[in-house]
This record gives sequence, C-alpha cells and structure tokens, in this order.
Amino acid sequence: MPDTKTRKPEARAAQPQAGSAPEPPQRKSDEERLEGFEREQLRKMMWDMLLARRFEEKAAESYALGKIGGFCHLYIGQEAVAVGAIHALRPDDYVMTAYREHVHAIQKGITPNAVMAELYGRADGCSGGKGGSMHMFSAEHNYLGGHGIVGGQIPLALGVAWKIKYKKEDRVMQVYCGEAAVNQGAFHESLNMAALWKLPLVLIVENNRFGMGTAWERAASLYDIYQKATAYAMPSAVADGMDVLDCYRVAMEAHERARSGGGPTLIEARTYRYVGHSMSDPVSGVYRTKEDVEKERANDPITLFADLLARNDILSQKELEEMDAEVKRISEESAEFADNSPEPSLDHVYTDIYSTEDVNGRMYFDMRGER
Amino acid sequence: MAVITYREALNEALAEEMERDPDVFLMGEEVGVYNGAYKVSKGLLERFGEMRVVDTPITELGFAGLGVGAAMTGVRPVIEFMTWNFAILAFDQIFNSAAKMRSMSAGQFKMPVTFRGPTGAALQLAAQHSQALESQVAHYPGVKVVVPGTPADAKGLLKAAIRDDDPVCVFEGEMLYNLKGEVPEDDDYVIPLGVADLKREGGDVSIITHGKMIHVALQAAAKLEKDGIQADVLDLRSLRPLDTDAILTTVAKTNRVVLLEEGWPYGGITATIAAMIQEEAFDMLDAPVLRVTQADVPMPYAKGLERQVKPSAELLIEKVNRVLYR
Repeated sequence: MPDTKTRKPEARAAQPQAGSAPEPPQRKSDEERLEGFEREQLRKMMWDMLLARRFEEKAAESYALGKIGGFCHLYIGQEAVAVGAIHALRPDDYVMTAYREHVHAIQKGITPNAVMAELYGRADGCSGGKGGSMHMFSAEHNYLGGHGIVGGQIPLALGVAWKIKYKKEDRVMQVYCGEAAVNQGAFHESLNMAALWKLPLVLIVENNRFGMGTAWERAASLYDIYQKATAYAMPSAVADGMDVLDCYRVAMEAHERARSGGGPTLIEARTYRYVGHSMSDPVSGVYRTKEDVEKERANDPITLFADLLARNDILSQKELEEMDAEVKRISEESAEFADNSPEPSLDHVYTDIYSTEDVNGRMYFDMRGER
Repeated sequence: MAVITYREALNEALAEEMERDPDVFLMGEEVGVYNGAYKVSKGLLERFGEMRVVDTPITELGFAGLGVGAAMTGVRPVIEFMTWNFAILAFDQIFNSAAKMRSMSAGQFKMPVTFRGPTGAALQLAAQHSQALESQVAHYPGVKVVVPGTPADAKGLLKAAIRDDDPVCVFEGEMLYNLKGEVPEDDDYVIPLGVADLKREGGDVSIITHGKMIHVALQAAAKLEKDGIQADVLDLRSLRPLDTDAILTTVAKTNRVVLLEEGWPYGGITATIAAMIQEEAFDMLDAPVLRVTQADVPMPYAKGLERQVKPSAELLIEKVNRVLYR
C-alpha cells in the first residue's frame, strides 16, 4: 500500500452544516513556515500573488466596460494555490486546469499582455482570440489549457501523465479542478487509472467551498475530498489554500513522489473565492451572505503573506507598496495592449480546425460555395 | 494481393503502423491479453509489449480522454471502443476536447488520435448495442469520420487515420469482420481520407452509401441489373471530410439518386447529402432524392421486428424504382 497518511487532518465526526466554515487550519510558527525558502523566492511569490490580484481586478473592470465578453471567472481569494503550487514546478512540467484559469496561465509563463488580449478576443491573445477566458493555451510554456466542461480536463491530464511515462520523461503533470468536479465520473475514472499505472499526475482540487452557488456540503456525501484518494489507494494531502507556502510545500512533496516513480497524489487545497462564480454572479447573493465573505476576508492570502514577510524583515511595507504599484502598472498596460491589439482577421474563421485540406481542396463542408 | 479478412486487414494496419512509429500505441478494453473483443488486436500484445498494447478498466470516458491528452503532447494513440455504443460515454472527450483542441488553441496543439470500434446492428443485440452512430459523430467540425466497407478499405483507411494529425473516428462493421477480400500488401497502402470510391459503375441511377450498407447496395444493384437497370454504387468511405465532388459527379451522370444509410433518418448523413444535392445540383435531377434508412425507432430485439426496422435491399429496390418512375 502506498503511504496514504501524509498530512491528513483527523476525519470529521460530523458533516459541517450548509454554509458553515470548515475548521480553521492550524498554522505553524513563522520559522517553520519560512524554513528552506530563499528570500528572493519569497518576494517573487508575493509579487506573483499581487499581480494575480491586480490583474483580475483589472479584468473585472474591463468586463464591466464591455471589453471582455462571455463568461469570465475570477480567481480573487484563491491566489495562494496556483502561485504556490506552480512555484514548485519546473518550466518543462505541464499545467492544465478548468475555466478559472487566468492566474494559472500567467503563473506558468504566459505574459499578462497575452492573457488580457485573449480576454479581449484579440489577435495577440495566447489563443489568437479563439479561446477566450476559458481556453488559454501555450505550447511554449507547457500550459495545456483552460477547459470548460467541469472535470473534463482530468482525463486529458491523465493522458499527458501517460505520455510522460510512455516517453520516459522526467516531468510532472499538474492538473487543477474545483471541488464540484470531484462528483464527476471523469475525476474517479482518472484517479483509478493514474493510481493503477502509477502515473506522474498531481491533481489539485481547489476547494473554494461553492460549485457556483451550491455549497460543497450540499453536494457531497463526504466533506473531506482528500479522503476520496483512499478509494484508489492513492496518497493524498490537504493544503491550506490561503497559505502560499503550504501550497508550495504540499505540491513539492507530490511532485517529488511523481518524479521518483511513486505515482499520483490528490491534493485538497482549502481556499475561498471572494468574488462571484463569474462576472454575472454577485459577490454574495442567495447562497452566502456579505458577512460570510467579510469574515473570510480576514484570511486573505495576500494580507497574510504580506504580514508574514513584513514581520520577518523580508519585505517592508514600503517595498510592498512599490511592488503593488508595479503590478498595477503591468495590469493597466496589459489592458492597453489588449485594446490596441487588432481583432482576429475574419479569414481565420476557417483556420486551425484541421491539419490539412481535403483532397478536393477544402476543409469545411460549407466552403463549397458562398456560405 | 493477399485475400484476407476485414479483421486481419485491421490487424495488419495496426501492426504495420506500430512497427513504423514507436509513438503509436493501442489502448482499450480487452485489447491485450484477450486479443480484442473481436480479435482485431490478436497477437499485438505479444509483439509490442504492455506499454503499447494496453488493457484498460471499463472506463470509456477516462481512457478516451487519456488518448486525447496524450495526443496533444506528442504521441499517437489508437483508442479502441469495444463498440461505438459504449463510446457514447466518451463523447464528451471526443466532441468537447478532441474536436476543439486545435481550434481553441489557435493551432498550437495537434490531435493525432484515432478512435475505432464497430458500429451498427449485428443480429438481435437490441436497442443499446445496435446503433450506427457515424452520422452523429460526423456532425462535429474538428473530427474526421471514416467508415470502411471492405478489407482493403479497412486497412488503407485505418493506416491513414493513424498517420493523420487530426482526430479520426473509424467506424468498423461489426458484421464485416469475417468478410474476405483482396488487400494490397504494401506497407504504405494508405487511402487518403475524404475520397469516395465508385464500387459499381452504371448509368441509370446513383446509390450513395457507406460502410456495411455498400453490400446491401451491391446486392440490390445485382438484382436491378436483371431488370436492365444499371446502378452506380458510390461508397463514401469518409463522412467527414465528405467527397462532394464524387457525389455531384455521379448525380450529373444519372440524374436520379437514392441515398442509403444504416442509421436513423433524423439528422442522418443522408439528410445532409440530400440537402447538398438539391442546393447544388437541383437542375440535374430528374426525380426527387429518396432515402433508405433504419426506421426511426430504437432497435427491437425480436428477429422479425429487427428485420422490419433495418434498411434492406428490397426497400432500396423499391426506392430505386420510384426515382425511375417505374
């Protein structure tokens, strides 16, 4: 049996009531938390989280101005998860996630300009304007997308992990899903095969406690997601999703297991979203109150981390303010860049669907004549 | 040319392509130790080992998605469905992932995955195991769909599918696996996707069909010949891309068309072709385009009922006589 005992809190005796908060995580001493991290890396993590926050705020503003269309799911509140876990990867490792993905894309190396241009549906977007908020891609950065069907990305990531094993590569496939995706068959089918074949898959469930407007405890018979790994004899862990360093450590442990042939890990990162499910959803509403959100704001991953760095003389308040000004400028500039980027050429309707034309010189049924 | 079965032709195609390219692997239920539910993969596990001939749990959505994810990062999976009926569980991954990845990523990711398995009704397998699903799959831009009806086409089209950089769905005939025919022995015998084949030449009427139904069409054509009627039998071979030039060529020659497919009439490929013909060749027609399809009902079990529901040579002859005003 694999080690399934890593970092698990005691199983809850009773299920939480709908809308109630899970038990607060027990944080360790500053010394323990900071141990092993370089000063520069800590400052970079802070920078990345701040950029994530300011970028998303700018995206919200642009959405309100009608510059971004369709669905737009923001990551505000959850920054510690993607920033921490992706810091624990190497550039040639893969990342794939669902549709709340702007921060994952930036963290994996796509420029804020290319992400914002994609949100604006412009030619300079990382998917040429064909993907939008939910479908960012970058082959260069091993960023395998943004996927819009809940849970649908997990079997895809399983396939990438299979490829890594097939080609005997020293790489990790890190895939994310929301807690609501855990109820999909795709999640269970993938966990089973990943564990059966010991694939280098690290699945991070971002438990922000609501699948759209349905509280997790109203959707799951078992609250603790990490326990689902037991059914597949797979190691699992819980990460404090409001603590970037904990997310880093838990992810790193899983990556090391994956690289050393130890197979997949399921990580439950307990986090919270401070904004609505998408831009069309108010911050609070029928499924949670303003007070609920305010209460969770006390746990803001950015404030918590800034305080930790300040009291340990790693980043002063003044430096933080300078950093904030810089990432705000980058976010503003990304919106300007997107605004100035051209609309995709209408000729591109018929590009990139197939690799080749058919033998009659066509690729599309309606290209026989005038559409 | 060797005379081999449709099953052996598929086996040869798989073996040759796996030999040719180490990135090709076969994955599915019972493909390894059991040699395939229909013995298509016989001997391949022994020859290529368990990383390349992979028995999966019964988990269609999962392993179809695995194939898509693996293909997007540089290998060339062949995913076998025990039948296309079971692939319905995996349609999310074929339609939402495989068909769209190249487009969503503006061409950054290619998708060289092949999905294959038997389609259509066998004998008395009832509603859930008797569906011809190729028309439905062909509805989605981004996938390619081929439906070989002979051993030679099975080999040439499967090899083309595996070499193609787009997702190709290969619909094999469950009742065709034992069919024998001449098959070229050339390792590079590849039939381009999207090229129809005139299986029989005649000038009076065009019967346009694909897959197993070409045999029904040829049977009907042989009977019609005794009445002095010569039929073109055009085998589409590929539903997407569709060889519209070949369709319009036969229509221009005979001016009378009967379309035949094994699946349902509602939204079937024959409906698409009928629409295309009237849009583009209305003036060539001497009679309305007629269709023969399965009755628009789930397949019943009882022998007599099943026979009544399936398309047949008799029904086809009746429709041919109608377009000839006989």
